[in-house]
Amino acid sequence: MSALTHTIAPGSRTPTYYVADEHAHAPGGSTYIGFWIYVMSDCLIFASLFATYGVLGGNYAAGPAPKDIFELPIVAVNTTMLLLSSITYGFAMLAMERNKVSATLGWLAVTALFGAAFVGIELHEFAGLIHEGATPQRSAFLSSFFTLVGTHGLHVTSGLVWMVVLMAQVASKGLVEANKRRLLCLSMFWHFLDVVWIGVFTFVYLLGVLR
Amino acid sequence: MSHDAHIEDAGHGHTDDHAHGTLQSYLIGFGLSVILTAIPFWLVMSGVIANKTVTALTIMAFAGVQIIVHIIYFLHVDFRSERGWTAMALIFTVIILFITLSGSLWVMYHLDANMAPTAAVMRDMP
Amino acid sequence: MNPTLQHAIFGRLSLDSIPYHEPILVGTFVGVAIGGLVVLSAITYFGAWGYLWKEWFTSVDHKRIGVMYIVLAIVMLLRGFADALMMRLQQALGSDGGQGYLPAHHFDQIFTAHGVIMIFFVAMPLVTGLFNVVMPLQIGARDVSFPFLNSFSFWMTVAGAVLTMISLFVGEYARTGWLSYPPLSEAAYSADVGVDYYIWGLQIAGIGTLLSGINMICTIIKMRAPGMTLMRMPVFVWTTLCANVLIVAAFPILTAVLALLALDRYLGMNFFSNDFGGNPMMYVNLIWIWGHPEVYILILPAFGVFSEVTATFTGKRLFGYTSMVYATIVITLLSYIVWLHHFFTMGSGASVNSFFGITTMIISIPTGAKMFNWLFTMYRGRIRFELPMMWTVAFMLTFVIGGMSGVMLAVPPADFVLHNSLFLIAHFHNVIIGGVVFGMFAGIAYWFPKAFGFRLDPFWGKMSFWFWVVGFYFAFMPLYVLGFMGVTRRLRVIDDPTVHIWFVVAAFGAVLILFGILSFIVQIAVSIKNREKLRDLTGDPWNGRTLEWSTSSPPPAYNFAFTPVVHDIDAWWDMKQHGYVRPLTGFKPIHMPKNTPVGLILAVLATAFGFGMIWHIWWLAIGGFAAAIATGIAHTFNYHRDYYIPADEVLRKETERTRLLSAKA
Repeated sequence: MSALTHTIAPGSRTPTYYVADEHAHAPGGSTYIGFWIYVMSDCLIFASLFATYGVLGGNYAAGPAPKDIFELPIVAVNTTMLLLSSITYGFAMLAMERNKVSATLGWLAVTALFGAAFVGIELHEFAGLIHEGATPQRSAFLSSFFTLVGTHGLHVTSGLVWMVVLMAQVASKGLVEANKRRLLCLSMFWHFLDVVWIGVFTFVYLLGVLR
Repeated sequence: MSHDAHIEDAGHGHTDDHAHGTLQSYLIGFGLSVILTAIPFWLVMSGVIANKTVTALTIMAFAGVQIIVHIIYFLHVDFRSERGWTAMALIFTVIILFITLSGSLWVMYHLDANMAPTAAVMRDMP
Repeated sequence: MNPTLQHAIFGRLSLDSIPYHEPILVGTFVGVAIGGLVVLSAITYFGAWGYLWKEWFTSVDHKRIGVMYIVLAIVMLLRGFADALMMRLQQALGSDGGQGYLPAHHFDQIFTAHGVIMIFFVAMPLVTGLFNVVMPLQIGARDVSFPFLNSFSFWMTVAGAVLTMISLFVGEYARTGWLSYPPLSEAAYSADVGVDYYIWGLQIAGIGTLLSGINMICTIIKMRAPGMTLMRMPVFVWTTLCANVLIVAAFPILTAVLALLALDRYLGMNFFSNDFGGNPMMYVNLIWIWGHPEVYILILPAFGVFSEVTATFTGKRLFGYTSMVYATIVITLLSYIVWLHHFFTMGSGASVNSFFGITTMIISIPTGAKMFNWLFTMYRGRIRFELPMMWTVAFMLTFVIGGMSGVMLAVPPADFVLHNSLFLIAHFHNVIIGGVVFGMFAGIAYWFPKAFGFRLDPFWGKMSFWFWVVGFYFAFMPLYVLGFMGVTRRLRVIDDPTVHIWFVVAAFGAVLILFGILSFIVQIAVSIKNREKLRDLTGDPWNGRTLEWSTSSPPPAYNFAFTPVVHDIDAWWDMKQHGYVRPLTGFKPIHMPKNTPVGLILAVLATAFGFGMIWHIWWLAIGGFAAAIATGIAHTFNYHRDYYIPADEVLRKETERTRLLSAKA
């Protein structure tokens, strides 16, 4: 055991046991991996909701089925909004790397607009469903549908709030190290929501209509 | 996990080593994801493939590929960033995700198959 | 007052919600109020508020936060154990033809509260407290990755505990059992606030647990001292890593499933209801996907403690370090594929039950490997039977029994007979007390001198030890027998008088455990009184092996004046063997995080939010939530969260340590 793990030969001179010339750590060195781990845990919240939808999604309780209520053209438009917001966020990150404050802010604003459009369309869809009587209370299928899609929508909404806050911070403090780190975290969050949406439109909408 | 015994400088140093995208990679990712989104929508909305099971499997495959595209081109996950911890966390999460989803479906399917009332009955029961 | 207005202001809360017609609760309230007043006036008398606020409540120092976690756990242990005593007394009285002394609705709240408090607000804070105190020191770090988040996590845990405690005197707690299974926990069958207290207490504490999990993982990944490769991390650090990976990968599922239950209750959705296609078993399925990893979140850190203690008190390197690490990882992974063994009787059929039965039995293999590693470490070692080592030996004997009854329960046909019987209760108390509680007591006795600079009094420690161990066997061995006799759990009145004697024995055991807990408190009081006699000047009272023993006791705010460099598994042992000389000059300013009250403020707002949600006081819920978000956002506008400890200050502290070390010699 010892021979395997030891890096000093026995009996050799006293090795170095401390870092004498230490330079201070840049703060936030763990932020990237930390936020990534948070995103992974969020992923498992969605996993639970997908599992619930998978198990309960067929229990219509004599109520409407996906075929009756889903309108794929709207979903397609919504998906487009989210995809466009993804690429514009990417442009914001590229502008950030070139330290262009106004370009970064501009692309963030465009992203936020696409995100807001996504949330707006989704709310419109929900309002229509509730109006038709397909309420979250109607059946286990609808409960799990509204909860899964609504949780994603809530995430997008909080992403929007965060984006606005960050835009204010970038505008006032410029692209300092801390702000860049935060933009990077929001980027992860935003693209993660894209990935979740792929699951939503495939497993909920497309497969639902197919069923 | 044990194989990084060679990392002498365990967690130290300024590890700003997460990957960044380039304009080109973002555009490739965007192009791919547009294609990978459009085809499944088209398959379902037009009903080109008569067999529903085949369509379902196809669009699920597209979703899988698109998720990988997003992870590579937008989330920039690779095995180098953060000394592989990002990728390791992702792989672990995917495993847990798979267990949660497939396990729940399997367990609850068997419950429905063994116990009354069955799922088919539930579908029509208010 | 106009009822609409009253409802708008107070929601469901009214004077009738105060249980003043229940003598037991009024008595408890008077006791708690007097005790609380004594504590508060003592703090005021000694003028300690400023000190507590500046040095503790707003602290982001991982050692301080860890100690506060453990204090929280001990306070909650008293509540959870009071519940246990009341249950034991009720069942002893209620199995002799009588009705006992507790009304049904009260008894049901007690067993729910006992389970919830013991798991979420005793065991979890104990392990999280130890992670905080010990792990950063063991990896040679100066703090955790996100010190502010750490303080926030702690206060959110406190907020959850506070909400749970409020239910004692305002309204009632859930009467559903500690996992609140639907359909009983649905609004149709539990319309009162009990389940809502349960949901929001756990959701708010859960945020803290999840964030602290992320924090610990990042700390281990990013903050290890140079040279400390993964395979040179102390075993406690490994188990901390694995337990926190489990936290991060399991708690989101609890959050999700409790949110779904809340949607059912608040918005009338139909996830787990009996109607409209809802399926209560989906709740059971999801909550155990969290629940099984949860028990490993508790036991893995205890395994880590035993590994450190065994190696230290036998004066040998831990036997089979590598196999210990791999066993930990294997247990981590396996813990995700056994959850169905908690509900074999649900009716999934033979194939599902056999799969989960077999995976469950497989877990005993890595656990057994660990047990042999500890035994082989002790084999031909020079064992010092200090208190931590005594707890370890008691653990090894007790845990094996609990493990064996666990393997019995893993056999589906046997489980069909024993499911929900007292055999199950005996089993999980056997592993949780014999494993987690003994482990935490070992850990507290072992690291107390590091945290406070003086040892715990050995005499009262041994009293506590013997009362606990003997009391445990008296309290729980009868439950195995009762389980075989067919007595199910959560019974208030048992009609068969032949079982009475076993309940009396179990109640006697609970009283012994009470003496164990009291002795522990006396031990702390006596140790504080005799602290000068018990003082540890060396920083290394046990002749330890890992890095935490290389610094002073208690460690300075910056932990290490110079970041250590690691060459071996037992880094401090290796330093001692090679004639390490403590550096006395050349100190540099040290970069540290500033204290902040924001975590505490956020937790207060979260408590207000939770209370509003529970009682349907919507203005309070919305206001609390909005204020918490606003505070959080405002906090992100603060870009100056750190400061430097000047080199002079470091020099002063280190010179003082030099003086103490030479005074000792």
